[in-house]
Amino acid sequence: MYTQALNNLDLPQNDEGDPREARFMARIDAEERIEPNDFMPEGYRKTLVRQIAQHAHSEIIGMLPEGNWITRAPSLRRKAALLAKVQDEGGHGLYLYCAAETLGKSREEMMDELVDGRAKYSSIFNYPTLTWADIGMIGWLVDGAAIMNQIPLCRCSFGPYARAMIRICKEESFHQRQGYEQIMTLCAGTPEQKELAQDSLNRWWWPSIMMFGPSDGDSVHSAKSMAWKIKRFTNDELRQKFIDATVPQAHRIGLEIPDPDLKFNEETGHWEIGEIDWEEFKRVLAGGGPCNADRVAARKAAQENGAWVRDAALAYAQKRAARESETLAA
Amino acid sequence: MTNLTPLWEVFIRTRNGMAHRHVGSVHAADAALALQAARDVYTRRGEGLSIWVVPSNAITASDPAEKDEMFEPTASKVYRHPSFYDIPDDIENM
Ligand SMILES: [Fe+2]
Ligand SMILES: [Fe+2]
Repeated sequence: MYTQALNNLDLPQNDEGDPREARFMARIDAEERIEPNDFMPEGYRKTLVRQIAQHAHSEIIGMLPEGNWITRAPSLRRKAALLAKVQDEGGHGLYLYCAAETLGKSREEMMDELVDGRAKYSSIFNYPTLTWADIGMIGWLVDGAAIMNQIPLCRCSFGPYARAMIRICKEESFHQRQGYEQIMTLCAGTPEQKELAQDSLNRWWWPSIMMFGPSDGDSVHSAKSMAWKIKRFTNDELRQKFIDATVPQAHRIGLEIPDPDLKFNEETGHWEIGEIDWEEFKRVLAGGGPCNADRVAARKAAQENGAWVRDAALAYAQKRAARESETLAA
Repeated sequence: MTNLTPLWEVFIRTRNGMAHRHVGSVHAADAALALQAARDVYTRRGEGLSIWVVPSNAITASDPAEKDEMFEPTASKVYRHPSFYDIPDDIENM
């Protein structure tokens, strides 16, 4: 998902002999929330910092492909909706950076890791938004997939992360609905407009499916995250929920899923898909996607070009504070 | 060198007559900017009528490790609750 890369990280497996570890696990098992100042095993802390930071980075980077179309939205209604959505994503990034900061890492450090390539973000945002239909497609599929992933995160064992997710989930549903409405409108339009929607689905379907991360068998740290109740469902379980929800939505508006092997299994009641191209997934996550370099460069430019504003605001605040204490002393 | 922008805790009163509640935090150079950032981040959908921002480092928190000493004494003081006192059922308005 927004934290796909986490599934491949090597984390220290320590803390086993610590008696506080047993107490911690008992609290987790009892569905208690862990708060920032509570004892937690190092592995739990590291996993969370990485996961929440990756999640935050994905929200911020996710503003770029959509921001690309704000000035070219086809109507004022669409423009206002897109602007509000992109603004929400910025807010989501902020809630999440704050949640990660409660674990002792500064936002500045996380930002540095993002622009120098040490930190990852979701592979989905390394695909380009070539047409206006892609904006609707992102709302429908990408936000739709994010919702599937984020709803169970509202019950994550770490309090600040769970609380951030509750706020985020409240805001996401508008994102998906405005996207689907756009695609519906295109599908009800001219043959060219319908084709625009189908072409967009053809390009975004598989990358959206890959958002859920590696298959359970290849997801190294899934089990530990499940035991810690950071994660409530496996990658494959969430992916299947998304497919089952989305296929009928596509059919309802006359779109075809670009998968010749797609079939409905009457017995299980689930839609079954063909083989996922995991090589593409790995390549894009490792930096070889169509837009990786662009995304990081845009983020870096924003950070560098904004530095003087942050410095000036800080200098001004310090000057005023100094003047105030002078006046008090006099 | 990166200057760390100070952190502020944000409290919002959602309706008249309600208490301000903690909703999250923001980074800002000073109080005026913190208020504006809090408005943009936490009240985009009519969530509030009033905002407080407080420097995070101005908050003193109890230590979770001392939770027992801190809060346990109240557990034995059941006489602080109305149900501790026996009053016959037919006494009304009490
Ligand atoms: Fe979001
Ligand atoms: Fe969203």
